[in-house]
Amino acid sequence: MTPHAHDDHEHEVATEARFVIKPKDINEEISWAQINEDVLSSLERPRPLYWVIFFGSLAAFCWGVYCEIYQYNTGLGVASLENPQVWGLYIATFIFWIGMSHSGTLLSAILLLMHADWRKPIYRFAEAMTTFSLMTAGLFVLVHLGRIWEFYYVVAYPSERWTWPNFSSPLVWDATAIGTYLTTSIIFLYFGMIPDLAICRDKAHGFRRLFYRVMSVGWKGTDWQWANFRVTYLTLACLLIPLAVSVHSIVATDFAVSQQPGWHTTSFPPYFVAGALYSGCAAIITLFIILRYTFRFEQYMTIPILEKLAKLTFAISMVWTYLNLIEYASVWYGTDSYAKDALIFRATGTYAGWWWAMNILASVVPFAMTFKAVRTHIPTMMVVSLLLNLGMWIERFMIVTPTFAHGYYPWTWTGNWWPNWVQIGIIIGSFGWFTMLFMLFCKIFPSVSMYEVKEMVYHRIRARKKTAPQPAPIVQPAQS
Amino acid sequence: MSKKSHILALFNDFEEAAHAIAALRESRLQGFNMQDVTLKSPIDHPECAAELGDRPVYIQLFSLLGAVLGSSLGFLAISSAQANFLRQPRGGFPIVPIPTNMVITYELFILGSVFFTIIACYVVFWIHAQKNRLYNVAISVDKIGILVKADPAAIAGLRDIFTRYHALEISESSDVAR
Repeated sequence: MTPHAHDDHEHEVATEARFVIKPKDINEEISWAQINEDVLSSLERPRPLYWVIFFGSLAAFCWGVYCEIYQYNTGLGVASLENPQVWGLYIATFIFWIGMSHSGTLLSAILLLMHADWRKPIYRFAEAMTTFSLMTAGLFVLVHLGRIWEFYYVVAYPSERWTWPNFSSPLVWDATAIGTYLTTSIIFLYFGMIPDLAICRDKAHGFRRLFYRVMSVGWKGTDWQWANFRVTYLTLACLLIPLAVSVHSIVATDFAVSQQPGWHTTSFPPYFVAGALYSGCAAIITLFIILRYTFRFEQYMTIPILEKLAKLTFAISMVWTYLNLIEYASVWYGTDSYAKDALIFRATGTYAGWWWAMNILASVVPFAMTFKAVRTHIPTMMVVSLLLNLGMWIERFMIVTPTFAHGYYPWTWTGNWWPNWVQIGIIIGSFGWFTMLFMLFCKIFPSVSMYEVKEMVYHRIRARKKTAPQPAPIVQPAQS
Repeated sequence: MSKKSHILALFNDFEEAAHAIAALRESRLQGFNMQDVTLKSPIDHPECAAELGDRPVYIQLFSLLGAVLGSSLGFLAISSAQANFLRQPRGGFPIVPIPTNMVITYELFILGSVFFTIIACYVVFWIHAQKNRLYNVAISVDKIGILVKADPAAIAGLRDIFTRYHALEISESSDVAR
């Protein structure tokens, strides 16, 4: 063996030894057949909580539909949307849902490129979360328009009637970016499932078999298919990452290029992207805990993985906190007195309680995750993740509402605007819509990637065998 | 047109499958070549697949083609729309704001690339699904399959090799090769 080859081998052994030394993320002794059985049984027999969540979300969705129909028939005035509060909760919640979508990309694409194999049991549902939160965000564009039938004005298409949109407007960029991101996310989610859909096909009967057969596009696990699959998946991941960043940057640009005090900040795009990753990670923890119990995924969604998720969320929360403080500092020490007034109004005006709640929930509560006892205690992590999500939703509310309530003109200083039941009903409906789609997805498609968990188990066992101490050679006594 | 047969052997693990592939390569058996040997597995295993020889992947070329087409067509579509729309108010001079158009061009760059990548991959999947019809559901669970397309005369020899390397199950089918 050449010295160079020897070094390579040593490096390989040392790298793989990481898996041996660290606590096990999942039970590595589990058989591949057992993995198939566990995940496929989640499509058949969830715990009763599944149906409680599903019908609860369906009821919330129906309530939202009722509110939307009422608003559509009567006009946006019933949602108390009037000057200067023209966006209300709709755009705040739109940003919230767009933000939620980023975590799927983080877990599936960024961690894929970083070879973080602990993501394998949990990335599938994070990707599904991306897709459904984008679908939910898209609804708010329609809901907020009032005149839904004129939606096509923001779609970048050339029309013979000279109704072309303003292609230089960030709102048109938004429509293009979100459309592209949604399409790519759906393709990425579906493409990554193909080997698992083939497993479903091989086990299913009747109509389900036909469905999975069509969806698995003739997958037979050949070496040619795997080679093409690997390259395609990596290519899609590489395309998805800049796309995710561009989407939330463009959403931030909607605000940053406007003249409203408090929005005209260059740090808005990275601040929005960090906030998106943060709220998405918190939502992943919430769904992780729900799926773990509902589908009996205790073997796959394990405490060590939850701990890693908590650490990741804490790191991102600190990035977000830093950018938030930067935003405050740049306004406080800047020369724009209107922006400074708007900041003081947020901290001391009508919405001060919400502002302080946002800062405490999103910047202080994450410190709880620095304690191992918190990170490894499921009920506490559930509460923490919900608090973080609430904090991040309030953050979006604080971006939109207080700014409109304290613009350049004194007549805008309404100060006491609150959303009414129609807006709140539609917001609740959006959560119902998201949860309903997510739960349906988990019942129809495998929410844990079977082939990737098999790969994870296989490679870890192999690494363990390679790094295990070799028995000393038996020396035969020389025959005299 | 000549008759060709397929033989599929199932193995317990990649190690046994790799040994069987090495034995196929070293055998002097007539009636098949290594390009007609396919590995079927529940997970991706590049090391074992490498025993079969080079498997070129051309997906990236389609990604590039899609990116170029998506961005050029996107830019041309919005620019022509703007030029047409803004011609009259500007006294006949078309206006195409290039920096702001770059955002939509960038999005369509990615969209075009994604579409071409996925379509190219589906075509590859479909072609291989047509070529390798012999299959066993155990492959999607935990077994490794080696599929060989060979002349009927070579099948007995292949069966011997597979048996020697502890194949769990061997199945055959025949078709008309074009």
